[in-house]
Amino acid sequence: MSEHLRFKDHYNEARIFFRRAIIVAGLIIALVIMLIARLYTLQVVEYQTYVTQSDRNRVQVQPLPPTRGLIYDRRGELLAENRPSYTLSIVKEQVESLDATLRLIRQLVDISDDELEDFDKRLKRPKRRRRPYEPIPLRYLLDEEEIAKIAVNEYRLKGVVVEAQLVRYYPQMDLFAHNVGYVGRINERELKALDSEEYALYNGTDSIGKIGLEKQYETLLLGEVGYQQVETNARGRVLRVLERTDPTPGENLKLFLDAQLQRKAVSALGGRRGAVVAIEIASGGVLAMVSAPSYDPNLFVTGISFKNYKALNESPDLPLFNRAIQGGYPPGSTLKPMLALGGLEANIIDEHYSVRDPGYYQLEGEERRYRDWKKRGHGHRIALKQAVAESCDVYYYDLAFRMGIDRMHSFGDKFGLGERTGVDVPSERSGLWPSRQWKRGVRGLPWFPGDSLNMGIGQGFVLTTPLQLASMTATMASKGVRRQPRLVQRVGEEELPDKASQVVNASEKNWALVMDAMEEVVHGQRGTAKSIARKANFRMGGKTGTAQVVGIAQDAEYDSEALAERQRDHALFVGYAPADDPKIAVAVIVENGEKSSSAAKIARVLFDEYLLHGQLDGDLPEDAEQNTAAYIGDDAVEVGR
Amino acid sequence: MVQQDFQRRMPEASRDLRKPVGFWQRIHIDIPLLFGLFALTAYGLIVLYSASGETKFYVQRQAVFIALGYVAMFTAAQFKMSFLQRWSPWFYLGGVGLLALVLVMGSGAKGAQRWLSLGGFRFQPSEVIKLAVPMMVASYLGARVLPPSFKHIVISLMIVGLPTVLILEQPDLGTSLLIAASGLIGLFFSGLRWRYILGAAFLALMSAWPMWQFVLRDYQKQRILTMFNPEADKLGAGWNIIQSKTAIGSGGIYGKGWMNGTQSQLNFLPESHTDFIIAVLAEEFGLLGVLLLLLIYLFILGRGLLIASRAQSSFNRILAGCITFTFFVYIFVNIGMVTGLLPVVGVPLPLVSHGGTAIVTLLTGFGLLMAISTERRKVSI
Repeated sequence: MSEHLRFKDHYNEARIFFRRAIIVAGLIIALVIMLIARLYTLQVVEYQTYVTQSDRNRVQVQPLPPTRGLIYDRRGELLAENRPSYTLSIVKEQVESLDATLRLIRQLVDISDDELEDFDKRLKRPKRRRRPYEPIPLRYLLDEEEIAKIAVNEYRLKGVVVEAQLVRYYPQMDLFAHNVGYVGRINERELKALDSEEYALYNGTDSIGKIGLEKQYETLLLGEVGYQQVETNARGRVLRVLERTDPTPGENLKLFLDAQLQRKAVSALGGRRGAVVAIEIASGGVLAMVSAPSYDPNLFVTGISFKNYKALNESPDLPLFNRAIQGGYPPGSTLKPMLALGGLEANIIDEHYSVRDPGYYQLEGEERRYRDWKKRGHGHRIALKQAVAESCDVYYYDLAFRMGIDRMHSFGDKFGLGERTGVDVPSERSGLWPSRQWKRGVRGLPWFPGDSLNMGIGQGFVLTTPLQLASMTATMASKGVRRQPRLVQRVGEEELPDKASQVVNASEKNWALVMDAMEEVVHGQRGTAKSIARKANFRMGGKTGTAQVVGIAQDAEYDSEALAERQRDHALFVGYAPADDPKIAVAVIVENGEKSSSAAKIARVLFDEYLLHGQLDGDLPEDAEQNTAAYIGDDAVEVGR
Repeated sequence: MVQQDFQRRMPEASRDLRKPVGFWQRIHIDIPLLFGLFALTAYGLIVLYSASGETKFYVQRQAVFIALGYVAMFTAAQFKMSFLQRWSPWFYLGGVGLLALVLVMGSGAKGAQRWLSLGGFRFQPSEVIKLAVPMMVASYLGARVLPPSFKHIVISLMIVGLPTVLILEQPDLGTSLLIAASGLIGLFFSGLRWRYILGAAFLALMSAWPMWQFVLRDYQKQRILTMFNPEADKLGAGWNIIQSKTAIGSGGIYGKGWMNGTQSQLNFLPESHTDFIIAVLAEEFGLLGVLLLLLIYLFILGRGLLIASRAQSSFNRILAGCITFTFFVYIFVNIGMVTGLLPVVGVPLPLVSHGGTAIVTLLTGFGLLMAISTERRKVSI
């Protein structure tokens, strides 16, 4: 029946509707009867069961917290583990008078006002965030004597429990604080950010990764909570476990970091402020990442005292600041090999092109003299190799002027300058790799040729993180392959893939020219880092740099002597080794180190350690599995049991 | 043909014409329906007072929203049905536009985007669409020859599908199911032929197995299984169900008395003032209390269906039918969920659970029912 032959038949439509309405009414009645039947079953047939259950709700579900995954370095050395510790908690529902109980506890055990305040906050958490009969922690890290005191007074302390918990411990103390990070107690803000599904995962766990790998890999490290359904008596004591599902421990992480190499780097820094990053070229794995000074992450695990935190936070040395990924430093001359390659590729220079260096450079029609670091200049005919080896500024002023900002910017872009490397540690900063658009947008000014000149020697607006410099050097050393730097090698049994791409396609000849020049920096007669070549049985490539200080903490107050020290130039070095088949790339910054050779020396220490001792990967220790499985939930000590 | 139609309509029309237009009809109020709603909202407030831990805050808030809802209902009742039918498509398009906007720039709680901020005023477009979808479906089908042809069925399905998918994206499974139900029942009321209904059911059954085998991933299957067996997830949704069943079961026939429910008063029962409020009622007023509630609900539903079948045009009938049936879906899904019959989806108990916007929307819907029930009979030839 085709459409246009049909008319609306109102009477018929009303009739159809009426029939359908009867069907719907029938359906509604049937479903309501089903609901009533269900309610009848619950309220009449099974009434006794539920009354018993509801009688003080004897059956409870208790969460069993999972064991947090361990973190190992590449040789299987432990960087983060879990240790048992005893916690004093209060079950609010079982306490007759909270005030009286707290007063009594304070007579027996030291409880600070801070701890009391934290307890209060946890107590006042909204209803849906807190399960009834869930113990609320009051005091962590009880010692034997305190446990005994509580146990003796158990009869007076209804609703007070001492539980064994696993608490995070960092055996390397301050060595990996900036990489591994730390866990701390979950705060209100973090709680609010969890949705209800995630929230369920934190049942029975009160710490969460705050910074570093602990934060980045939180969901993997955490594991999955288990539960047990228990029957309790009126005082809440467990009489019988009805049902139990074991928790799944978190995944262990194996890192690329090498604790031995890290230790060498720290000791080579010798107490100075600075950052060291070493990257394994073949994988992009970060072998060492030092930001000095550091701090002891264990302070944060069960809550840092206000005094300690203030000291760390207000120190002019900024120990909490992760220089390796957050510090923006002018790269200085360490950019030169990269820019030289850019110049070669753009056919602006070749190996024979040379400039005259009288000790300064002038733009046509401008008075201003852009000075070379060497007052009298490097000489008359400075070509590429010498310009890199001796770090001739005038050569680069010339190169930068002729290359121009746009070409410099797009070439540096390929090496990841001005963008986050994407390393798996949170809070990385992007540094700044300026462009015409950037200057117009942020400063509201056009790009001047003088800006290009400053950029040509890594000064001016340019800011890089030590990690970016190391990554750039690794890209140079692998002839244009950029690998995303990463710390974690393996999660559980799963090997993480590397993210690599060929970002620069320079000619073989140009690569050879630049890398040759970098080798000359270390092994040449007049190379700026020749001091580190002594007694080396392998060859290295590198580039030194010094950067004028744009103090990270200019607003802090110093006495005049310290001020003078902090005005000194930063010393920089980037390099790789062995020169003929690069395996490791390094970036070093010594704050106020003045002489770039001081940074180069640290790089040599790392090369030695890695090439001569450190390339072997250790396997995880045999007992790693057992470590993870060690679960102490059953040992929960209940007072007076 | 015209002649015939006229004759067919006449007996009905002439009977109605004889009726005088009373005061309540003039101000568009359907007295039985209003009576049912009053009884329901009053009962709801009493339960809410106990469920919210004897605090006045929630009750006062709820009372304000109920009052607002009645104002909205009264206002909605004044509209002319022909006007509503004409404007339904624009209302619908506006609602869908807002939903799309939520996905782009909405803010949400717990990872779901549901709210739109308009100058300091937060607002949930899915509430608008709860009325817009039935209106659009009714308006579309009402203007066609019924039962609907295949083409009109497909277009109706698209009308229902678009907002359903948008809300599913938020993601809000509960609401999107309600929206889908509210539109599909419109198709059913319009006389959708049984062969289509059986065909669709057959197709759904046939595709379920291959979907399960080849399309769904393991974690998705796991989620579905947990949904149908919430008690497997003892710390999450399952905990709520265990507690609500305990509360309901321990209420028995007569209940523990108002404000004496141990489960709800001792905080064992989660969300006791919103989605799980029926458990409080069942615990404190027992099976009898629940039966009373169901009786009030049935009365309202019955009145709704009666209004629908007496309505004059297909638009009116289908719209009234949709509103009534959707109201029932709310009731069934909520009680089914709390008693452990159905998977856990966040659907409130209509006009009883705490929650402002839902109440205003529901009462506005009843306003439309009143507009339909009190419409003056036309003498049309």
